[in-house]
Amino acid sequence: MASPDAASSPDAFPTAPHDPPTASGFVSGFVASLHSILLYVLFGTFVGIGALGHDYGFSLPWMWASTLLVWAGPAQVILISVLGTGGTPLQAALAVTLSAVRLLPMVVSLLPVLRTPKTRVWHLILPAHFTAISLWVDAQRLMPAVPRDRRIPYCNGLGTGYMVAAMTGCTVGFFLAAGLPNAFAAGLLFLTPMVFMMSVMRNARTLVDQLAFGIGLVAGPLLATYRVELDLVWSGLLGGTLGYIIHRWRKAAR
Amino acid sequence: MTALLNDYWPYVLMLLVGFLPNEVWRMAGLVLSRRIDESSEILIWVRAVANAVLAGVVGKLIIFPSGALLQVSDAVRLSAAGIGVVLFFLLRRSIIVGVAGGVIALILGTYFFPM
Repeated sequence: MASPDAASSPDAFPTAPHDPPTASGFVSGFVASLHSILLYVLFGTFVGIGALGHDYGFSLPWMWASTLLVWAGPAQVILISVLGTGGTPLQAALAVTLSAVRLLPMVVSLLPVLRTPKTRVWHLILPAHFTAISLWVDAQRLMPAVPRDRRIPYCNGLGTGYMVAAMTGCTVGFFLAAGLPNAFAAGLLFLTPMVFMMSVMRNARTLVDQLAFGIGLVAGPLLATYRVELDLVWSGLLGGTLGYIIHRWRKAAR
Repeated sequence: MTALLNDYWPYVLMLLVGFLPNEVWRMAGLVLSRRIDESSEILIWVRAVANAVLAGVVGKLIIFPSGALLQVSDAVRLSAAGIGVVLFFLLRRSIIVGVAGGVIALILGTYFFPM
């Protein structure tokens, strides 16, 4: 049980006086990614995405480029399946952008934790690009133990580790595609919801976050069933706001 | 599609309908986050919203399948998710046990209870 938390212990950060914070922060972040279960899940998820891309006739370099630039599993699945089944570019763009709204609150809540007064805006572009569910979930767990001046390179190291795993998985999946039994392909795609659900159940220690997650879990599919437009936006605002209000009540009552 | 794949067009298409519509939300977040202080109360709310959106994504991925999951019945998917959650709580909140249990249940369920 100790290994996933090893990277968050203070001694994972050598603090020799001449130790450049950027390089060592990046390395610590990269190493932390190797200790995270999410790295292996990303690998598995991208085996599934690589196989999907192969089946719909996309080339491997295209899959690599979309992994690097889009860097969001659900958006890539949408992009591949909409374009691959002959959907119009406009349909694909709309579906992608709707799925990507979730990235906004994640970036907004992550970047203030990384910043120092000396941080320039362009320093935050790469961390913002790396922000996806996996990085956001792990940052919640790992960042508090990282010295403030190393958080940006640490975040970039973490993101790089995930991206390497995803690219490798994508490549493996692309070549495996033909030989991958459907049950396994389904199992790989099932990794994503399972691991995100369990990670949040483990990491959400505050009542606000637990309530928000519980409400969102029910509201998301429910709103989608009734074909409410922007279902994820509404389930986010509903779950987040209700969770926050209940948290304020409890605080006021104490 | 094959003729197009020999060209740069698929890459242009990916940039226009994959990269840009996705990245715009990250950059919007970058701009908005500049005015928010780490210790501010609004950040608690934003984090809760992010958690709820993530939960919505999880719920939708389980209830509304895509790709290879389309060929797995609703009953198998929901039971597998339930088995994973139960194992997670039974075995001291172990993510590995919960995830592995759920995924293995799904694979076995797909073999034994095909659609």
